[in-house]
Amino acid sequence: MARHSEEDAGMAKAPPAARQRKKKPKENKTRTVHANILHDCAKGDENPNRHYANNKIKTTKYTVLSFLPKNLFEQFHRFANVYFVFIALLNFVPVVNAFQPELALAPVVFILSVTAIKDLWEDYRRHRSDKEINHMDCLVYSRAERRYVEKYWKEVRVGDFIRLRCNEILPADVLLLSSSDPDRLCHIETATLDGETNLKQRQVVRSFYDLDCEFDPLKYNSIIECEKPNNDLNRFRGYIIHRSGRRDALYKENLLLRGCTIRNTEEAVGIVIYAGHETKAMLNNNGPRYKRSKLERQMNVDVFWCVIILLVMCLFAAVGHGLWMFQYGDNRPVFDVLSPEGTNLSPIMSAIYLFLTMIIVFQVLIPISLFVSIEIVKICQVYFIHQDMDLYDEETDSHLQCRALNITEDLGQMQYIFSDKTGTLTENKMVFRRCTVAGVEYSHDANARRLAMYQEMDSEEEESMSHGGTLPRRDSVTSHQSARVVLRSQSTKSHRRTGSRAEAKRANITPDPKLLDKVNDCSSQMDFMRFHSQPMSQLPSDLSDIIDFFIALTICNTVVVSSPNQPRHKVTLTCSGQKHHLITNRSSNKGCSSLLSSPSAESTLTKLHEEQPSGGLEQAFSPIPPSYDGKTSWNLDEGELRYEAESPDEAALVYAARAYKCSLVGRLPDQVIVELPHLGKLSFELLHTLGFDSTRKRMSVVVRHPLTDQITVYTKGADSVIMDLIKPPDTGKRQKKIVCRTQHYLNLYAADGLRTLCIAKKILSKEEYACWLQRHLAAETAIQGREELLFESALQLETNLHLLGATGIEDRLQDGVPETIASLRKAGLQIWVLTGDKQETAVNIAYACKLLDPEEELLTLNAKFLCSPSGPTTKSFNTNFSPFDIYSSSSPSSQSTPFLVHRLGLVIDGRTLAYALDKSLEDKFLAVARSCRSVLCCRSTPLQKSMVVKLVRNKLKVMTLAIGDGANDVSMIQVADVGVGISGQEGMQAVMASDFALPRFRYLQKLLLVHGHWCYSRLANMILYFFYKNAMFVALIFWYQFYCGFSGSAMIDQWYLIFFNLMFSAFPQLITGTLDKDVSAETLQQLPQLYVNGQNSEEYKPYMFWMNMIDAFYQSLVCFFIPYFAYADSDVDLFTWGTPITTLALFTILLHLGTETKTWTWMNWMSIAFSIALFFTVALCYNASCPACYSPSNPYWTMQRLLQEPLFYLLCFITPIAALLPRFFYRACQGTLFPSPVQLGRQLDKLPADIRRNILSLSRVKVGSPLCPKLPFLSLAKASPKGYYKKDGRSQVVVLALCTFSSSCWIGKHRGPFLAVLLHSKFF
Amino acid sequence: MMASSYSAKDEDGHITVSGPGGGTLRNKKPENTAFKQQRLPAWQPILTAGTVLPAFFIIGLIFIPIGIGLYVTSNNIKEFEIDYTGDDTSSPCYNCAKNFSWNNTKSCTCTIPFQLDQPYESNVFMYYGLSNFYQNHRRYVKSRDDSQLNGNIDSLKVGASSPMASRKKKKPSKECEPYASIDNKPIAPCGAIANSMFNDTLKLFYNDPNGTSVPIPLTSTGIAWWTDKHVKFRNPVGTNSNLTAVFQGTVKPVNWHRPVYELDTDPENNGFINEDFIVWMRTAALPTFRKLYRIIQKKNNMAPTLPRGNYTLVVDYNYPVRSFEGRKRMILSTISWMGGKNPFLGIAYITVGSVCFFLGVVLLVIHHKYGNRNNSANISN
Repeated sequence: MARHSEEDAGMAKAPPAARQRKKKPKENKTRTVHANILHDCAKGDENPNRHYANNKIKTTKYTVLSFLPKNLFEQFHRFANVYFVFIALLNFVPVVNAFQPELALAPVVFILSVTAIKDLWEDYRRHRSDKEINHMDCLVYSRAERRYVEKYWKEVRVGDFIRLRCNEILPADVLLLSSSDPDRLCHIETATLDGETNLKQRQVVRSFYDLDCEFDPLKYNSIIECEKPNNDLNRFRGYIIHRSGRRDALYKENLLLRGCTIRNTEEAVGIVIYAGHETKAMLNNNGPRYKRSKLERQMNVDVFWCVIILLVMCLFAAVGHGLWMFQYGDNRPVFDVLSPEGTNLSPIMSAIYLFLTMIIVFQVLIPISLFVSIEIVKICQVYFIHQDMDLYDEETDSHLQCRALNITEDLGQMQYIFSDKTGTLTENKMVFRRCTVAGVEYSHDANARRLAMYQEMDSEEEESMSHGGTLPRRDSVTSHQSARVVLRSQSTKSHRRTGSRAEAKRANITPDPKLLDKVNDCSSQMDFMRFHSQPMSQLPSDLSDIIDFFIALTICNTVVVSSPNQPRHKVTLTCSGQKHHLITNRSSNKGCSSLLSSPSAESTLTKLHEEQPSGGLEQAFSPIPPSYDGKTSWNLDEGELRYEAESPDEAALVYAARAYKCSLVGRLPDQVIVELPHLGKLSFELLHTLGFDSTRKRMSVVVRHPLTDQITVYTKGADSVIMDLIKPPDTGKRQKKIVCRTQHYLNLYAADGLRTLCIAKKILSKEEYACWLQRHLAAETAIQGREELLFESALQLETNLHLLGATGIEDRLQDGVPETIASLRKAGLQIWVLTGDKQETAVNIAYACKLLDPEEELLTLNAKFLCSPSGPTTKSFNTNFSPFDIYSSSSPSSQSTPFLVHRLGLVIDGRTLAYALDKSLEDKFLAVARSCRSVLCCRSTPLQKSMVVKLVRNKLKVMTLAIGDGANDVSMIQVADVGVGISGQEGMQAVMASDFALPRFRYLQKLLLVHGHWCYSRLANMILYFFYKNAMFVALIFWYQFYCGFSGSAMIDQWYLIFFNLMFSAFPQLITGTLDKDVSAETLQQLPQLYVNGQNSEEYKPYMFWMNMIDAFYQSLVCFFIPYFAYADSDVDLFTWGTPITTLALFTILLHLGTETKTWTWMNWMSIAFSIALFFTVALCYNASCPACYSPSNPYWTMQRLLQEPLFYLLCFITPIAALLPRFFYRACQGTLFPSPVQLGRQLDKLPADIRRNILSLSRVKVGSPLCPKLPFLSLAKASPKGYYKKDGRSQVVVLALCTFSSSCWIGKHRGPFLAVLLHSKFF
Repeated sequence: MMASSYSAKDEDGHITVSGPGGGTLRNKKPENTAFKQQRLPAWQPILTAGTVLPAFFIIGLIFIPIGIGLYVTSNNIKEFEIDYTGDDTSSPCYNCAKNFSWNNTKSCTCTIPFQLDQPYESNVFMYYGLSNFYQNHRRYVKSRDDSQLNGNIDSLKVGASSPMASRKKKKPSKECEPYASIDNKPIAPCGAIANSMFNDTLKLFYNDPNGTSVPIPLTSTGIAWWTDKHVKFRNPVGTNSNLTAVFQGTVKPVNWHRPVYELDTDPENNGFINEDFIVWMRTAALPTFRKLYRIIQKKNNMAPTLPRGNYTLVVDYNYPVRSFEGRKRMILSTISWMGGKNPFLGIAYITVGSVCFFLGVVLLVIHHKYGNRNNSANISN
């Protein structure tokens, strides 16, 4: 315990010191890490690692001492705070002061302290969690005790050896030196870092690979050189220098990152490389983003207007005071008191002083509590969005996350949605559908039928779930998984892909009988040949293609095999018949490696040989620990193997291959074990993996084929790239035919909306391989520019491929996507899909999700050849787009009616987009795109995606929302006004960059249409109300200036004046701002048209501010003059007269809120009752507390007396009613004569349920019903005022050949200037 | 446990609010409560002509009778007012007013005859009224020391003279400046309000039909708020109960003719608790105001308090108002439950009630003409 507190005390001071120290060894490009135990005795100074940050983390912003200055400093960055402090300080100037200076400080101190307390609480939470984390335990090797001892995380230093056990969390970034795993692997789960739940393999540093016995830290004497700490999770470069002088490269595969969890590995030992704040996890940890919403921008303009009004009022009063003084001349009246010094002020001077005084008196006009209130309301709104059950996904047990706290109302004002396709519109759960091998198509009809069945089951299941209440699906359906759940209970999250039963079964594929026969046939032949030791090359090429195809599917990936019932251990197999393969393997290896000369290359290859001693396999694949024996018996069959893949299509392919008995049973860093029919388990020696990247769009593995003993490259990738890399077809007619037919099938697949992948292989001669290997190894060990070198090296390898076949994978649409898109579109949102997929797939998905309508004309823009954006193409574009100029120029009022939408769909591909985004063409592109109902950009790069969003956002001045799930959407998400991430299958990068994270696309509908609408209308109304309230209150005092010689006197007691906004009238508006619902959620979803309300900012238009101001001035006139005349020429004193006015103002303000409140829950009633009660309680207490204080008002017993007077009640009765009469009357008339769509929606809410349903179903058919008189998608005749486009035929297709650079021509089949550019791409 | 806490941290990072769902192991499903799902039972009024129509009529029907009642009540109040400023040459006070200033020490008396047409039955309140007198001026309102008026002896002490007092606050509040002290002697009572206290003396005489002039007894107590007289304003309690001794060492305000302890002979109405003084210290809200001066108590039930007939008002003219074009008045008024004579509120109620009623009719027309169209249109589409 003592240790704890001591640590806490030290905590505050340590980090700055650490930071200072860190700077000393600067300008080194690399970091050198020595083992700490060598320097254990030499305390501190000589330890070469002493400059590096220790593992203690501190995410708090403040310390006890620095809190006040630092927090105040931060708060004063907000201009409003400075303004209020300025005014409060002005009060300390005697000539100017209006209030008691101490009292005047109260509101600003209150506001500042509320914010400060909020910050303090947040910081305290961080401090507590820091402390908790800092005091977690881990095993660190101690030289003194010669064993691993438990230490706190914060005591871990760079250079320490730590031992990690299964399911432990890594305390720092650790270089893996040893693992209990026989393959020297360590599995980690990175869910806390990037949200990906699939296990990732990490391997022991190569030089420590061959340690047979347990790693002994005492023997370690190497030095590690690596790069400086950075936040790139996917990069780690460095090398380890051994005593012998040998260097070994280090990769990210060797590094275990802080925050990850060790899985499936009993024990691992590593050396700490980065600790504490220098770990990658911490460097990646940056707080929520701060965006300013559109509404807030608009509000700031009006705050500015308030300032102007304030200054005008002050100026008016100052001039008035000067004139008032002037009229008395030298005869100073007895009530015009001299200044305290007894001097006589000139009218001009006193006018100047008065100006300042008035600023203080009228300060309330700038709503001091507005900013705080808005923040509070937004936090509540976020809370409610967070709590919405409809936005909760059972399957993944996740709900909507609001990562940006202050742009909730922007959700209600969106105009453009930019969506990714894969994973956003679709499930990104890939299902293998069809394939073509060697030019023969296998349609997998049975599989398709089965899938259709599941789909039905799924929907039924969902239905029964929705009726069946709240029982979680996982519990009810997958009872057989319960054992697994129990076993995995130590894992932080249950696995994401353990959703429904139907899904699990979808992974099973019913094989196509024809293909299955061929596979069987082929493998039995191979078995036969192997038995007779015939060379495999004699196999007929179509058969060998088939088997190669499946081998490629099985091994050309990064799938990790795990067994669900043994969560703590990766799958192990007991096979004995495999040994001889490996032995042959090894003997052949020798010959190859002798070709190589470089020592490091040798080590790569040769270590294979020594690593596996004879009989090593049995030892390595140790039997399952006995404790699990009971369970293993029922599911040791291979059907229970589970594949964990980084991308879902990899898993789909592996599952597909398994259906053909070609199953992946194990993956080690250097070999892949595949089980083939007849042939049994084969071990492919994995020489290299060239991972997938988005530029190459392919991945390759280099293996040694165990049967043919050839070095084979298997490549899998997007058809567009693979097709270009196929060996020139002059080699054989057959290959040419295969390529041709495969291409044909690929087009068919794409037309079905399937994702296509091409599979190819290449056989390398040993010489070729050696030659390539040498360069590759050089590239691998380079520290500078390694990525580029590796990229080059990969390009060299992946050429002249032999096409094996292609696969079609279905990416099912997410549930409810077409409906969501339809209703979002009805809500007036323009939806653009930006995808990296190929055009045909994208178009078909677009049709499937109703983004494109078959009745629409399709405008396809394809540039055939890549060329620089300048030059003739630009010119042709100019001419092509010229007709669209008419659209843009013919609608100069583009801001009011931005959507002159025709029945057009625009499809543009990446290459063309490159031109279209050129400066000179972007306007034209936009003009075209705007006149289309939907836009589809295919094959676009992440950069292009973000450029498109930026273009639309900046040029059209619209609110944009980008939604996506993958890393390629990050840039677009960041550019858009609101970025939404789908927390789907592809990791969390998009979520991390987003403002809101949704589990599914369809939730977007409720998020925008309901929550967005509510948030917007609540906040807009609240802001307007705030302006009104303050203006109304301040105007009371302004009118009074006419009756007090413009002397800055206030009839309202200074306490009321100062606390009116903060206390008496604060709560009801917060409640209304948080809970008010103008229309019910059901109606909002059923009538998406109501969303237009927010898009056009109809709740808060600039004129509304002025209307509110005028209303405020009118109401204050009423509240002032009714008491004025009622008390005229009576013996009433200043504050006895002012108190009723305050009361009346409070009643009026509350009643005003009442007329604006649409739903009255008990909380609204309570808050209003509370406000009134609070006012009277405070007033009564205050007026009874001190008979000689509170100068000058001295309100002793005022309220008490007032309450005895009937006149007071009579005033309270008439004034609010007279004040609100016009507004109330206007609202009533408007509700009847020209109701807004929202009001009609509200009326609809009131109707009985069955009638309402009737109306809604009718109105759904007729979009242009009177309910939505000004909606964007009206009948076309209306939409195109000059009749540019008459819909008179089905397909008006204008073919334009842009193939040649110069020639561009219009072949108008129809005389209208309307056009569609359809370029025949090479696919047609 | 560790795992959960770590992920909780990572997940919400520095986000303030993430609800209770900060990465718990348990099911994160939100609770299905009416509050969290925003389904609290609510009353949802819709403002249309049809729905608000009754409200308008009801308000109209309530307000008009109230207004009539108030108007009648106000009209039953009898009020009589004499302006005795003396601006006019014909006015009896013209001579007094002509060259009168604060510095005059000799008072000037003027006599104003007047006639009451109606007998005043109940208690009559006698007011003096001032116009154009900005008692609500910001600096004027502040210029007082409540602590001194509350009998705090320290506020009457002289500045730095005694070493004992130097530790405490001992002077009149600085708010009183420049009327806080003269020659280092504190002014009692200090401040501009006290300094400018109304000091005319008004006397009423009833001119009997038989020619004699009968003075009317004027009660000078009970004119201030009870709380003012008994709580807020206290005479300083010194070692002896003699007011003169207590106020020893203070000076009277410059414009006063007598020191504060000589305001009245009645010890219960002298010093700071003099009711005329208290009434004056309650600063008026508006530049035209009246202040209660005396009460004419009804003596017996038989005779009216002030019978019909001729009266004489005798004024000791001390208070100069001409420099700021002020007016001085004397007002006699009876009082009702709602205060003095003021027909405004009655008229206001009648007006607002009528307007409501009229708007109600307008809404009725609107409702009849357009209200149904909307609903049917709504349902038909």
